[in-house]
Amino acid sequence: MIARFTALVALVAVSGGVAGPPHRAAIAGTISGKVTYTGTLPKIRTIDMAKEPSCVTQHSTPVTSEDAVTGPGNSVRYVVVYISAGDQGAAASTDTVRYDQKGCLYIPHVAVMQVHQPLAVFNNDPTSHNIHPLARVNPEWNKSQPKGAPPIRTTWDQPEFIPVKCNVHPWMHGYFVVLATPNFSVTDSSGSFSLTGLAPGTYTVTAWHERFGTRSQEVTIAGSETKTANFVLTARPY
Amino acid sequence: MKPQTRWMWLVSACGAVLLLLGAPPAHGQEARVGKLAGRAAKGKPLYTRYCAGCHGDDGDAQGENAQWMDPRPRDFTTATFKCRSTPSGSLPTDQDLFNSVERGFVTTNMPPWIALTPQNRVDMVAYIKGFSARWRTAQPGTPLTIPLEPAPTIQSILHGRELYQRMECWKCHGPAGYGDGPSAHELTDSKDEPIRPYNFSTGSRFMCGTTNQDLYRIFMTGLDGSPMPSFADQLKPAEAWDLVHFLRTMQPLKTREAAIWREWVSTHGRELKPIGPEGGGQ
Repeated sequence: MIARFTALVALVAVSGGVAGPPHRAAIAGTISGKVTYTGTLPKIRTIDMAKEPSCVTQHSTPVTSEDAVTGPGNSVRYVVVYISAGDQGAAASTDTVRYDQKGCLYIPHVAVMQVHQPLAVFNNDPTSHNIHPLARVNPEWNKSQPKGAPPIRTTWDQPEFIPVKCNVHPWMHGYFVVLATPNFSVTDSSGSFSLTGLAPGTYTVTAWHERFGTRSQEVTIAGSETKTANFVLTARPY
Repeated sequence: MKPQTRWMWLVSACGAVLLLLGAPPAHGQEARVGKLAGRAAKGKPLYTRYCAGCHGDDGDAQGENAQWMDPRPRDFTTATFKCRSTPSGSLPTDQDLFNSVERGFVTTNMPPWIALTPQNRVDMVAYIKGFSARWRTAQPGTPLTIPLEPAPTIQSILHGRELYQRMECWKCHGPAGYGDGPSAHELTDSKDEPIRPYNFSTGSRFMCGTTNQDLYRIFMTGLDGSPMPSFADQLKPAEAWDLVHFLRTMQPLKTREAAIWREWVSTHGRELKPIGPEGGGQ
């Protein structure tokens, strides 16, 4: 009788689905490419930090907003390119993602992490900041971090593109990009990205930019090869 | 065991498993405050009559009056609440929501609903919790423990003043607490609507209560959805009480703190360094 009950419970547990170990194939393909834009760029604002003299002195050249950073050949920086469908998923990396506040700016402007991956937010400035992730799917929180305070450590439970702001210094804007996949890349100043270590299969590759929206395409990896996937995003002036 | 008993056993075991897997979680539609149990079904007509005009039929802050309001009504679909006893980012307790409905919010259009019975209010709380799925997947955070308040002294007030400078409260609330700090005019809430910091010279009511304990709780848990952050990781309980004592001196009230402060300032006022960008606090 008891055995029958145990068997029933065990059956339910198995059918509930247990995630397998992270899948990494010996044959590993790469998807790389470049992200560019068409259309009209928004006006790039120069940030006036006069309100915070301790941050003004940390910059020798004028600081501009980082919500649309572009380069030669219409390349776009800070685009998150990731596998949105087709990969096996993997346990979250245990490496801590570092997010710095320095000179009243967020470094990096866009921080990408996996669901449940540790995140640490540091304040390197001789002033107070408040870290306010404007999450919708995950819980929204808002914590003060005075100068010299220890890093704020947290994780996120759901995939989400979370805008981050500091209310004391309203020009400070950044993003926590929380993804279900371990396969992601952020474009550099030349707009280039590279997704490596992909097992053979068909993937949906998505490029996301905070101002220019999202584009996706399918890419099939057959073996140890490098496929090119370029993205063209539409820039809007406002 | 008789065959019949065995059969009954199996049925009840299957029932228990099904209940665990398939039954909808009940706590999203119930509320408990002290001995009162709230039921969403009872709260619905009350909500429709008293709350929906501003908060909207769907709890999304799109009621017909909402467009005329500043600040906007609370959007219950986000389950983000200002007045909580729980840490920033966590759900409030039923008691927190009950207190908010009873108290209303100073400087906003939300009146105190003290005219309704406690049973009415707890039923409304149960109904409000149905607007966000978060109530079905997450539990409220652990309420903040507030240690007994030490008696205010001039030392605690002066230390509180130093903290007001060091924690940079003045950046928004202003050097004298008038809500006129350098960052005050650019503040926005989580929906990008302009919002003003609290002006301590306006009276005795804070956003979330009137007592020293309420004041302690406000800055320790933060007001989620607004620019006011949580200081729970930054201030030790003794420091938090010192800050409370100093904040009380900025209000135009005849409090113990204000009396101690006025007497000290009348003789030592010149020793004070001003609060602000150049200030040392003390």
